[in-house]
Amino acid sequence: MIEMNLEVNGREENWQVEPGETLLEALRRYHFKGPKLVCGTGDCCACTVVVGTKSVCSCCLPALKADGQKVVTVEGLAEEGVLHPLQAAFIETAASQCGFCTPGFLMRSYSFLKNRNPAVLPTEVEVRKALAGNICRCTGYVKPVEAVLKTARVMQEKAREQNG
Amino acid sequence: MDNLTLEQDQATSEGPFAVFGTSAGRVDGRGLVTGAPVYTVDYEMPGMLHARILRSPHPHARVLLVDPAQALALKGVHKVLWWKDLPQVPHTTSGVPHPEPAPYDTCALNSTVRYKGEPVALIAAESEALADQALKLVRVEYEVLPAVFEISEAVKPGAPQLHTQVEIIPGFKTIYDPAHNIAAHGEYEFGDVEAAFSAADLVIERHYETPTMCHCALEPHASLAFLDAYDRLNVVTSTQVPFHVRRQLARALDLPLRRIRITKPRVGGGFGGKQEMVLEPLAAALALATRRPVRLVLPRNEEFSASRVRHAASITMRAGITRDGKITALEMRASTNTGAYASHADTVAHAIGHKTLGLYRAQAYRYIGDAVYTNRPVAGAFRGYGATQGYFALESFIDELAWQIKLDPLEFRRRNHTEKGGFDPMDYHPGLNGLEPGRSITSCALPECLEQGAKLIGWGVPRPVDKGPVKRGLGMAICMQGSGVAKMELGGATLKLNDDGSFNLLTGATDIGQGSDTVLSQIAAEVLGISLENIILASADTDLTVMDYGAYASSTTYITGMGVKRAAEDARRQILAVAAEMCETDPASLSIKQNEIWGPFGKTGLTVSDVAIETLYGRHRTQIVGKGDATSKESPPPFYAQFVEVAVDTETGLVQLLRSVNVLDLGRAVNPALASGQVEGAVTMGFGYALTEELRFDDQGTVRNAGFVDYKVFSPLDMPEMQTVLVEDPDPTGPFGLKSAGEVGINGPAPAIANAIFNATGLRLRSLPMTPGKVLEGLENLTGPAPDAPA
Ligand code: FES
Ligand code: FES
Repeated sequence: MIEMNLEVNGREENWQVEPGETLLEALRRYHFKGPKLVCGTGDCCACTVVVGTKSVCSCCLPALKADGQKVVTVEGLAEEGVLHPLQAAFIETAASQCGFCTPGFLMRSYSFLKNRNPAVLPTEVEVRKALAGNICRCTGYVKPVEAVLKTARVMQEKAREQNG
Repeated sequence: MDNLTLEQDQATSEGPFAVFGTSAGRVDGRGLVTGAPVYTVDYEMPGMLHARILRSPHPHARVLLVDPAQALALKGVHKVLWWKDLPQVPHTTSGVPHPEPAPYDTCALNSTVRYKGEPVALIAAESEALADQALKLVRVEYEVLPAVFEISEAVKPGAPQLHTQVEIIPGFKTIYDPAHNIAAHGEYEFGDVEAAFSAADLVIERHYETPTMCHCALEPHASLAFLDAYDRLNVVTSTQVPFHVRRQLARALDLPLRRIRITKPRVGGGFGGKQEMVLEPLAAALALATRRPVRLVLPRNEEFSASRVRHAASITMRAGITRDGKITALEMRASTNTGAYASHADTVAHAIGHKTLGLYRAQAYRYIGDAVYTNRPVAGAFRGYGATQGYFALESFIDELAWQIKLDPLEFRRRNHTEKGGFDPMDYHPGLNGLEPGRSITSCALPECLEQGAKLIGWGVPRPVDKGPVKRGLGMAICMQGSGVAKMELGGATLKLNDDGSFNLLTGATDIGQGSDTVLSQIAAEVLGISLENIILASADTDLTVMDYGAYASSTTYITGMGVKRAAEDARRQILAVAAEMCETDPASLSIKQNEIWGPFGKTGLTVSDVAIETLYGRHRTQIVGKGDATSKESPPPFYAQFVEVAVDTETGLVQLLRSVNVLDLGRAVNPALASGQVEGAVTMGFGYALTEELRFDDQGTVRNAGFVDYKVFSPLDMPEMQTVLVEDPDPTGPFGLKSAGEVGINGPAPAIANAIFNATGLRLRSLPMTPGKVLEGLENLTGPAPDAPA
């Protein structure tokens, strides 16, 4: 076992991990059950979390690579019980069916929106490209894409209010 | 249904609906978007062990000996079980009601394994990693047997025989013809078939092939088994059919049914793959043997190679038609590959013809279906349940018939499709006086579906000719499904009133992502006149909820919805009776609106909560519980029209989907957003079935593409522009006029795309998936120009 320190959803964590353990395995072992194991090979993005500023497939990242980093999982999106606009949009548009892919879609879209200028709305194609690696077997992607576009509009409005 | 229901329907239909028909967010939405630990794989218990399955490396072999000594020597490995340790009670795993129409041809672990990947031994250890390590240390002695993989080979004399005849139990199915590996067989005729063929101007025959398809629910199969304080076996499991699993598990492990409790937490997608007992007996056997909680989760590659698949099918269509575009006779012969065990073989083999041919009016019909054992993974239920295979053949064939007589395929369908009134000709059953009718066509908005779809896709609008290598084309298909199975369903619920005017809605129905928790809550709230947040739903727990057959055959909203409606009516009646005494008036003059009791002159000042307090703590002490259940007399088909536009690159063979118009007649939409989501999801699966998805095997029965890299499901970037239209034409039998929505959409894309490829290039592909390779090969062999655009 190797000791590592990191921040998960804003809280300091001190973990003991196995040398080959993936970030996903460690997260789930430390009770962050939001990120899901689906393929374990980087082909579905259900395990997506944000490390630093980037979204990554946590099933392919050795846990130790996150040593000293800030990690955000789906559990960290809501602030003090208030849903992130993305989460609200996923509920409003019925973008989750079985919900198993949802944490991955949320985290990938979260980092996509966070890393761009909120004043400029993304096109549908841009959203689809951003989500290209995320598999959903239930929705046909119509409503998840709609949810992200809707969130972008909400964030644009928010940014406008803050600047204006 | 009965008159009572119809009258009450009208009573509740007076004002505008408060909750019903709105796209209320899912009742479970918040949990899903915050990553709440709600799936079986998220459950953990103190002292829990992790299980793994040792699988056969041979497609057909006898398991002579399992020697666990070395594995058990590993610290932290607790148990290794093989077939000698488990009861050898033959059963079926197909999650359908007792008596299952399936031969009892499998045991929890079989002494003869019949596909590569069949479980041979079970291991429980302190961690998954340890269990994995232990797998490699178990020594197994096999006697390898000859294997057979293709339908055509398996039925030949001298082919390896997979099963001997099962014990004959009255009321249960036996194996149809074990000597020829035929698990199930069905023959059906309606009308004078030969006369109908003679009446035709043209008799046409074509052959179609469909592949093995994987469910790919993102949540894997998972079961957590443990013994509770009463020494009862509890299994928390990812299933669509908790009550069928309880019954089958009792049989498989030779336990009294009363000792078993099945609970279904949130299920991460099923699509039929979980309408089946898969892991439950294995996890349970380990829990019983170790007396520790044991969790068994299928790794993804085993999901592909050793869970359940859609039956590959080989279908021959034959029809008689007249020159003026009428069908006289329709005939279908289908053979399916059921793999190592029969499971859903019988029902699916029947469904291929019985769910499809009745879509068209003809003088006579004939259907012959077979399910054949091979040394392939077990085929089971899969969204569409045989209809998907059947419609690829039927709707491609209908297009071919139309072209034969130079009629617009849309017009040909208009002239021949079924309509409201009368019975489904494929649903007659032998009775005392010959065949007696089963389900009737109680509603049908197909004409409107066709009209709307044609308009949106631009059917019949002249199109520019594509000069380059990329050719565009339009295609269409129509189909229907059921709403449950007529006379075969049972579902229901109870509603218990709490102090604050809220209700516990306990139902055995299983939400597998389709949103039934939300829809059933909406129905209860609507009937009770209370707000949605006052419905607290719990599902499903075989100890607490009334019997429900589970989520399959597109039944939940129609059947359980009816049961919930009755339970709510029962509770409402009880509430109003107490309220009437409280206000000294006649209950018939009272109603409930927005959680309040209303009289003829407006609000009475009483709320539902006041009534609850009165019954729980006041003078009228009683616990109000509404109970309702429903069975199905009918199974009104939802009708569906699929239109697509494709672009075929004649140089690369690549078929690109440009647009998809999906039009569904679902009677009524309880929740339009959830209903359209069902269609979009089903259609997307249908795209994969049409173009990319096929589980491939080598000649030794090894799966070649057990992962998302090589088994390609549609991604966000592969999607066409999609438009979904819900046509509402209330069905007289459904609760609030609704029919089903969950499956039917998967049947449309494959034939519509095949028809569009033909429209674009003149190439008729009769085998799925329609890969670039098949397109290129087909184009090379093509003679003659592309057909004219449809009139
Ligand atoms: S589980 Fe990590 S990409 Fe699929
Ligand atoms: S909602 Fe089920 S996989 Fe996306």
